[in-house]
Order: sequence, then structure tokens, then C-alpha cells
Amino acid sequence: MAGSDKLNITPPRWLLAELSYKCPLQCPYCSNPLDYAKYPDELSTDDWKRVLSQARKMGAVQLGFSGGEPLTRQDLTELVGYARELGYYSNLITSGYGLSEEKIVELKQAGLDHIQISIQASTQELNDHIAGTATYQHKQDVARLIKKHGYPMVLCVVIHRENIHQMPQILEMAENLGADYLELANTQYYGWAHLNRDALLPTREQFQEAEKIAQAYKEKVAGKMKIYYVVPDYYEDRPKACMNGWGTTFLTIAPDGTALPCHSARELPGLDCPNVKDYSISEIWNESKTFNFFRGTEWMQEPCRSCDEKLKDFGGCRCQAFLFNGDMYSTDPVCSKSPERHRIDAAIDSARELALSNQEKPLIFRNSKNSKQF
Amino acid sequence: MTITPDQLIQFSPLHRLQWEEAQQKYVILYPEGMVELNQSSAEILKLCDGTRMLAQIVTDLEEKFATSGLTNDITNFLNVALQNGWIRQA
Repeated sequence: MAGSDKLNITPPRWLLAELSYKCPLQCPYCSNPLDYAKYPDELSTDDWKRVLSQARKMGAVQLGFSGGEPLTRQDLTELVGYARELGYYSNLITSGYGLSEEKIVELKQAGLDHIQISIQASTQELNDHIAGTATYQHKQDVARLIKKHGYPMVLCVVIHRENIHQMPQILEMAENLGADYLELANTQYYGWAHLNRDALLPTREQFQEAEKIAQAYKEKVAGKMKIYYVVPDYYEDRPKACMNGWGTTFLTIAPDGTALPCHSARELPGLDCPNVKDYSISEIWNESKTFNFFRGTEWMQEPCRSCDEKLKDFGGCRCQAFLFNGDMYSTDPVCSKSPERHRIDAAIDSARELALSNQEKPLIFRNSKNSKQF
Repeated sequence: MTITPDQLIQFSPLHRLQWEEAQQKYVILYPEGMVELNQSSAEILKLCDGTRMLAQIVTDLEEKFATSGLTNDITNFLNVALQNGWIRQA
């Protein structure tokens, strides 16, 4: 077990409950694992209730119901009601697909605090293409209904090369829909997004232009709509403080009950991620090999080990280090101090070449048929 | 944006103020976020229930803690709270 430091374990604050990998959408940047079709099992209602109780007792307070599409679970309202009784602040992270006004009211009565709805683009044509499903109009309607029934509304738009030119229209759309928060999430290249990276990664010029527009709009709507801008780490020279540090804050439970320190951690070799059917949340969080793997700084290699910024970014993202360097202990290659930074630059160049070539590279959509190939 | 003295102050319906047993403190919860409060901030916000104006909140807290001269501190904090959207006025 690397980096174990039992004296310094903080309790989980954020619980992400991935209720199901089922999803009517097929977004080619989905953060679910490529081989999600291998894990069709889903926890029972009682399993989820036990997980919610145990994590709440330890101090988890923010709860995300996610997936896949969480609305595919028939017991969602029951779980929302249970979470409310326990005192969670619950967030529904949804595509909006299948969300009727009746359901919005039912969830509100059960105690749901907030709905985050994704929209893929500011036009119907592009939204429906990226989502792989005709959903644009319904999403607009659902966004209005969320506001009508008094929820705070977060509109989430994942940004990539196919929609980044729509930044001004996306901002206007969010304002017109009455979003309280707009999350402009530059694609993070894991899972399906990593697979489609050459077709999705914008050029540096596109990023800079879009960021300028978003920052200017931020000032325009100050006090009315908050804009969260998730930075594209490839264009940074320091890595993100991934998950606020491994095993410090975030706990993800996958649909089959596998407990993960982040939703991509399943891709890392040799972690032996524990399942909530076998262990309590307290055992998983405090004692499991998985959650102690990258706690503290003992596991670090150079240049992280002697770096004066190591407590600021914790060496960056373990999944990114593994994806690029094949070594999950190495420095996140985004960091300019990493000897492997050239790998990120090569990825940027490769995507740029495709962007400027006028060639089309077909997107591989996230669906069961494609997932079964991994 | 600053507090208007002759308007009632209400806690934002888009946020939730809650005691956290595990942390032994009050927190403000909102979409995907949390602010931890010290005791005096929490005492002020608990009185923002839509039935009091600024002067009443000051009077109530000075009485509760048997002290005086809290007007400036409370006003400053409520201005911050208003700018953060934690409270609102009519």
C-alpha cells in the first residue's frame, strides 16, 4: 500500500451515486468507462439506502445522483426522499431525457434540492448530433420547468471542437433559460473523450477565443447567473488538483457498487476497488488499499517528490499519468516540470492537424454496441 | 449591492442553511458547493427569516449575547451575504 497515512484521513464530503450506466444519450465524451457494458449489475434500493446512511454518518453532505441517466432508475424518488431525511443536499445530474413536469414536482416534494441539466449545443442540429438522440427541444422545455418549480438550475454544456464556436450563443441560451449557474465544462479527456480526442480537442486559438468571450459575459451577468469555467488542463502548465487530493473529499459509487476515489479510477491497474456489497463505507474509506493508494505524498516520484507545489496539486491526475505515461505514479504530464510533457504537446498537435486538414474523423458514440468492443 | 435598512431580509430559497453534526458547524449548501460558517455568521443568518429588518437583527443579537456595538460587523457581513446570494430583500 503506497502513501498510507492513517493519521490524516479526512471524511468524505461529496458522494457521487452513479445509479445506472443506462443512458438514452450517446455523447462521445462520456466519462463512463469505455467497457461499461461489462458491468450491467445495479445495486438494489436497499443497498443504496445503506450506502447513503453510512456515508452521511461519516460527514458526506453533497450528494450527486448521476449515471448514465439516473432517471432510468424507478426508485429515484424513493432514494431522493431518503437522502432528504438524512440531511443531504441532493443534486440530480441529468440529460433531462424522460423528465416530465409531473416527475419534476414529485422529486421536489421528495426533497430534491437541485437539478443540473446538460445541453450539448445551442442549436438543435448540433445538439441532436452530439447527443446521438433528438433531445434539443425537450431539454429546453425541461430547463424552463425546472425554474418554474423553484429549483436552482445549473445548465451544463460540455465544450469541445464541434461546439466551441457557439460560445456566444450558448451563453445567451443559458441566460434566456434563466439558468442560475452555467457550467462550461471543457472536455476532460478520459474514457470516451480520450478515444475521440483528435476530433474533440479544440486548438489553442479556439480555447483562448472562447475563454475571452466567456470571461466577458461573466461580468455582464454578475449577480444574476454564475459561470463556472472548467479549464482545459492540456493548455495549462500546471496540473489540476484532481479530486482535491485522492481519498480526501470525493467518493464515487459505480452502478454495480464498486467504490471509486474518482469516476475514472476503474481504469487504473491493480487497485482492487472494493464493493459496497462486501464492505461498509467506513471500511472502504479508511482501510481499503484503493482509497489509501495515493493518500499523502509518500507515493510520489520526482519531479513531484521534491516539488514545492506538491501540496497544491497533489501531482495532478493519476488517471492522466497512467493514460499518457503508462505509469500511474508519475507526474501528471500536463505539468511543465514533467519530463513527459511532450506527450501532451503531441496530442495537441495531432488534434490540431486534423482540425486544420478539413478531414472528418467519425466520432465513436457511447453506446452498448461500441462499449462491447472494449 | 448593499443592504437596504427598511426592507425585510430573507434567506435565499436557492440555498440551504444547515447544522452539520460531523463538522460541528453550520454550513450553507447550494448546487455542488458548500460554505462553512463560523458561529457569529451562523447566528446572523439564522435570523434572516423574512420577518426582520437590519435593525431588528442587530437588536436581537445584542440582546442574545448581552453586548452592544454590533451594527457595523453585522452590516458588513450581511453585505457580503447579499453579494454572494445567500440572502435577499423583497
